[in-house]
Amino acid sequence: MNNIILECRNLTKIFGTVKALDNVTLSIPRGKIVGLLGPNASGKTTFIKLCNQLLTPNEGEILIGGMKPGIETKKIVSYLPEKNYLNEWMKVSDIINLFSDFYADFNTEKAYDMLKNLDIRPKDKLKSMSKGTKEKVQLILVMSREAQLYLLDEPIGGVDPAARDYILDTILGNYNENATIIISTHIISDIEKILDEVIFIREGRIVLTNTVDEIREEYGKSVDSLFREVFKC
Amino acid sequence: MHWDIKTDRPIYTQLIEQIQLKICSGVYPPGSRLPSVRDLAREASVNPNTMQRALAELEEAGLLYTHRTSGRFVTEDTDMIKHVKNSLAEKHVQEFLKKMIELGFDSSEIMSIISEMMKREGDET
Repeated sequence: MNNIILECRNLTKIFGTVKALDNVTLSIPRGKIVGLLGPNASGKTTFIKLCNQLLTPNEGEILIGGMKPGIETKKIVSYLPEKNYLNEWMKVSDIINLFSDFYADFNTEKAYDMLKNLDIRPKDKLKSMSKGTKEKVQLILVMSREAQLYLLDEPIGGVDPAARDYILDTILGNYNENATIIISTHIISDIEKILDEVIFIREGRIVLTNTVDEIREEYGKSVDSLFREVFKC
Repeated sequence: MHWDIKTDRPIYTQLIEQIQLKICSGVYPPGSRLPSVRDLAREASVNPNTMQRALAELEEAGLLYTHRTSGRFVTEDTDMIKHVKNSLAEKHVQEFLKKMIELGFDSSEIMSIISEMMKREGDET
């Protein structure tokens, strides 16, 4: 099996007159947890949407497990969008049934386990839940798949610090070591300990890629402090 | 169990130091089996590859060893553990001395501060 799970070459996406992604070339191996870090409107979500075929590039290409984004890649990619897309009237147990029908790699037992750990009742409807609880349900659904690539768009944006810890623990506890997780975020301090590598993105361009420990070694500071310097307003 | 990861240094070196500390202080006794990489990573809230790297270095140094089928163990060589303990002590004392010298104390002053404080501690307990 090829060791590269995601590869893109000269990827460019233009919205009107704005280059949301500008000639991005990247290659991400299997078995890594990667942080896609950048301020708002830097191109993080555009990149993730391109990987999921929700957008098509103006130039360049993406390959996931050697394939262009499409039906086949969706079988191996588990995607957490930044917005809630689940039907409000559904019960958690309904959604779990839907997911297990839809995805061959969905592990129902794992999903119920995680729900239990978080005190979320399967019979509850989404509309009765707080924003934070809904986010947890979404993350549980995404992490219950035995995927090869997880694309998590702002998984910790809306939750309190305690839930954030739980979410990071869920990510660490539920991924297998051959899978890769890409986490897009601008909240770095809480998350950098669980990352192998980081990609800094600004105005659609990659400005830095390195491992967390090399950044700490080279600059004598955390990724969070370096980020604040690089993206100083 | 508590893991304390500072922000200004590489994570894997801090993991090495803290595992050494846990071995020296008997949290992981000689000859005992360590938790799996995944469990240790989860406990410390760090990346599993980073934890793996720290364990591999400790194994290289001989403080840990891997048994092919049953996992990773702390060495039974108590002399080696003692040696690690001494070098950790040296490191702490060096840091302490550096700070005291920065504060402007000379050796005899440092010695008298230490013995004074130890006497006081002894009185209290």
